[in-house]
Amino acid sequence: MTVPGPWYLVLAACLFGIGGAGVLVRRNILVMYMCIELMLNGVNLTFVTFSRMLDDLGGQASVFFVLVVAAAEVVVGLGIIVAIYRRRTGATADDVSSLKG
Amino acid sequence: MTPLAASAPLAKLALLATSGVANASDWAVYGVGTALAVAGALGVVSLRNPVHCALSLVTTLFGVALLFIDEGADFLAAVQVIVYAGAIVILFLFVIMLLGVDRKEAVTQGKLRSLVPLGIAVGIGIVVELLVLSRSSHWATGQKATSGALSGPGENVQKLGQTIFTRYLLPFEVTSALLVVAVVAAVVLVRRSSGPGPAQRQAAARQGLPQPAPSAQASAVPSAPAAAPAEVLAGAPAAEGERP
Repeated sequence: MTVPGPWYLVLAACLFGIGGAGVLVRRNILVMYMCIELMLNGVNLTFVTFSRMLDDLGGQASVFFVLVVAAAEVVVGLGIIVAIYRRRTGATADDVSSLKG
Repeated sequence: MTPLAASAPLAKLALLATSGVANASDWAVYGVGTALAVAGALGVVSLRNPVHCALSLVTTLFGVALLFIDEGADFLAAVQVIVYAGAIVILFLFVIMLLGVDRKEAVTQGKLRSLVPLGIAVGIGIVVELLVLSRSSHWATGQKATSGALSGPGENVQKLGQTIFTRYLLPFEVTSALLVVAVVAAVVLVRRSSGPGPAQRQAAARQGLPQPAPSAQASAVPSAPAAAPAEVLAGAPAAEGERP
């Protein structure tokens, strides 16, 4: 008998909450991306825990796909960040408000 | 190390809370993984140097991989370390070093500084909301083993592979298309335009050199303004014809 599932769910919720607060508080675009990765990790932990609690392989398969989507997201996002920094140095998320109506 | 030292009383406390329900070693692994994950997450949010944030992210990823092993997801733990800690964080560090932003900065800056407590409150609200909703629905509901049983004979890698390549074959194939799109997007976004940039064009105007036409900018030939006379002398008809 291993550690009961709700303990993992509490930890996953804490990771998601810390990541969400980081996205809201930090203004450096790169660090905001890292906080989004934290939120994704919390969700992955939830998937794996539900997979174990319900004895279902679908949760682990979902984590597999989340990993792939996270990799693609990071590649495109970092490309956008590099393009932004090339136009203006030291840009924060507040500076990139050119599309504001 | 601080996380390891902090995890020992945590594991002991957890052991006392539900003694007899689970193995002591499982609780120890859970305690160490939790301490690593939470300490790394707090570091990502609160450290001031982006490089330190990336290294804290590695700590969190290792902690989560440890918890994956504790839950029997061996393949995902390996992929977590290889893809996340090995590839994605390295990509982050590459971009940090490429852009030269590896210096200390304020955690938050600008006119939103007064809203930081609000952001932290929203984060705590997310946690409370998730816990209340999960607790009120008895943590996990639903049918068991609809897409293949996790328990039973066989290795985790084998069963996960069989599920992905049979039941989830179409999503798996769509994933390859997604990766191709991401690679093409990264190349298009980061590639410098082959023609002279605005600064080069200004310098050329100051020197009295002819301005290259827009069609020449779009072509793949790297045409620096200084190289233009040489091309004309060499008798490159295409490049000459495109110039006004």
